[in-house]
Amino acid sequence: MSNAVSAVQGASFKGSISVKDAGLQGMITLRGDLGSDTLAKAVKAAVGVTVPGVGKINTGKKGSAAWMSPDELFLLVDYATADTVVAKLEKAITGAHVLAVNVSDARAVFNLEGVGIRDVLAKGSPADMSTSAFAIGDLRRTRLGQLPVAFWLDSDTTATVVCFRSVGEHVFNWLKAAAQKGTLPKYYI
Amino acid sequence: MLLLTCPYCGVEADETELTPGGEAHLTRHGAGSSDDDFETYLFMRKNPKGVHFERWRHAYGCGKWFHAARCTMTLEVFGTYKAQTFEPPKALINNIKKKRPDWEGFVK
Repeated sequence: MSNAVSAVQGASFKGSISVKDAGLQGMITLRGDLGSDTLAKAVKAAVGVTVPGVGKINTGKKGSAAWMSPDELFLLVDYATADTVVAKLEKAITGAHVLAVNVSDARAVFNLEGVGIRDVLAKGSPADMSTSAFAIGDLRRTRLGQLPVAFWLDSDTTATVVCFRSVGEHVFNWLKAAAQKGTLPKYYI
Repeated sequence: MLLLTCPYCGVEADETELTPGGEAHLTRHGAGSSDDDFETYLFMRKNPKGVHFERWRHAYGCGKWFHAARCTMTLEVFGTYKAQTFEPPKALINNIKKKRPDWEGFVK
């Protein structure tokens, strides 16, 4: 078996906030009717959380489920268990018009930490990053610079950014540039 | 900056997150249609001064196509609605009529 590595191979950067490659993360794209009981049961069994509402991410002990679009969920699990979870999901959704794919190696994940995370993300995204519009548990699909990303807050000072792996290095470099010391507008701090 | 609320994910997305898709509610004349119909479908657009119905895609967000009603004169946005329809919702049309009494109404 090939030696799996993440997009920027564990690189990290410390400026006004810290930017870190999250390493190997199991990710599954699940498409289907989000309102169906079959899908809800399958998600509950696979990652232990309920189907998230519009624009939300539900996190449990086994993993997370995020709302990506009216017919798409994004599941986060351990990298090593991703294939097993997909197999389990496929068994649970047999007969239903649902698709589950392991996309762990097709995405890059970055962890941001620091009080300035909202400022850094707001530099490249048109999303409203104020605490009233974007809270813990919200997920926003948007752009960062010119690239599509999704991000959510894990706490007031930590955020996770997911992008396509092919542009992982660019997004990492972009975040590094945006997080240079002394460059934060401190609009959201 | 143009702000449209995506009817699928509820996000007030700005123009840079969206992709424009031209005029909405076109009838797609295909194989077997008359030359006139096909020409109209391919080339003829309303291009009105005033109320206009458009297609937009929330490209950087949920990726779904939706419709928007705007004024081409003032750039006022009257509303957005889901694309699974052949005409704008009644409530939206009434709302536009109130704001633009001279508007001739929705013509397909």
